[in-house]
Amino acid sequence: MIPQTNVYRSVLGAGRQAPEFTLQCTPDQTVSLNEFRGRPVVLAFYPADFSPVCGDQMALYNEMLNEFQEFEGELVGLSVDGAWCHAAFAKQNKLHFPLLADFEPKGAVARSYGVYDEKEGTCERALFVIDRDGVIRWSYVSPIGVNPGANGILSALEDLQTKSETTDAAK
Amino acid sequence: MTKSLTLPDTERDHVSGSVKGAIKLLEYGDYECPFCADAQPIVKEIQRRLGDDLLFAFRHFPLINIHPHSEHAAEAAEAAGAQENFWGMHDLLFENQSALEDQDLVAYAGELSLDETRLIREVTSSVYALRIREDFKSGVRGGVNGTPTFFINGERYDGPRDVGPFLEALSKQTVEK
Repeated sequence: MIPQTNVYRSVLGAGRQAPEFTLQCTPDQTVSLNEFRGRPVVLAFYPADFSPVCGDQMALYNEMLNEFQEFEGELVGLSVDGAWCHAAFAKQNKLHFPLLADFEPKGAVARSYGVYDEKEGTCERALFVIDRDGVIRWSYVSPIGVNPGANGILSALEDLQTKSETTDAAK
Repeated sequence: MTKSLTLPDTERDHVSGSVKGAIKLLEYGDYECPFCADAQPIVKEIQRRLGDDLLFAFRHFPLINIHPHSEHAAEAAEAAGAQENFWGMHDLLFENQSALEDQDLVAYAGELSLDETRLIREVTSSVYALRIREDFKSGVRGGVNGTPTFFINGERYDGPRDVGPFLEALSKQTVEK
């Protein structure tokens, strides 16, 4: 039941440095990965805004921000949709976390993480949990039509917390 | 917290059917989710056909940002449960999904001859919010990724939500037992 890290094409796996990026999060603001340094980040790549709502992955994560924050984890969603499209999608679903536009050049960030679907021209449905030093600690690519849920993310964040507590204790 | 994430806990969960039933069906649902309302007659039919072979349990999984009435609806079901009529309210909520304002909830309490004042007090003071959150969290950890999500004897059922395929999956469980 718990999604494990899988081998999927060229997807970046645990232990790799997370590729840096700066993307638009609103029509007039940008976000860079390094702004999150010092706390864990969850990157949730998804194919497109406006998929059916009740089973929607972003709607589910939106309900779980408190749980992510218990681990000090910051969640960001990424797709190739533009900032205006993201704004409309976020408004419709009352999303309370940033959606980043991997829009120009299209899918460049998804490519750098190995999760760009050339045929469809969209991101894969992929999750990355990055630790406070910017290193990928868990990644997972879901079949495109399957919402992977959040259990894998929570387990990865839990592992991170346990490990960082152990490291801190050793210092 | 629940003992098992994906099996009904008869001491904690709202269960219907026979505790000795060999087939255990657990639903995570949201009273404002149209797909959950669509699944409701299917669940009823399955319950009718399987009778005492089935134990059915329902846990709350409200997506409150997209379904602004879902939290109070779930709390009203819990409040009705505290007055021994969870399933009466549960059915009324799904049957009247487009009318889930607070005054509607009170009207349903009246229809079920519940103590309306107590229900209003408990819902407005979020007496059952923590319990509903526990349901939600257990769902997330158990692999719920949207609503409704069903578990048959602890295994997530991802097949079509129609009586035929559902019964087939359920009856496999009895054969395997």
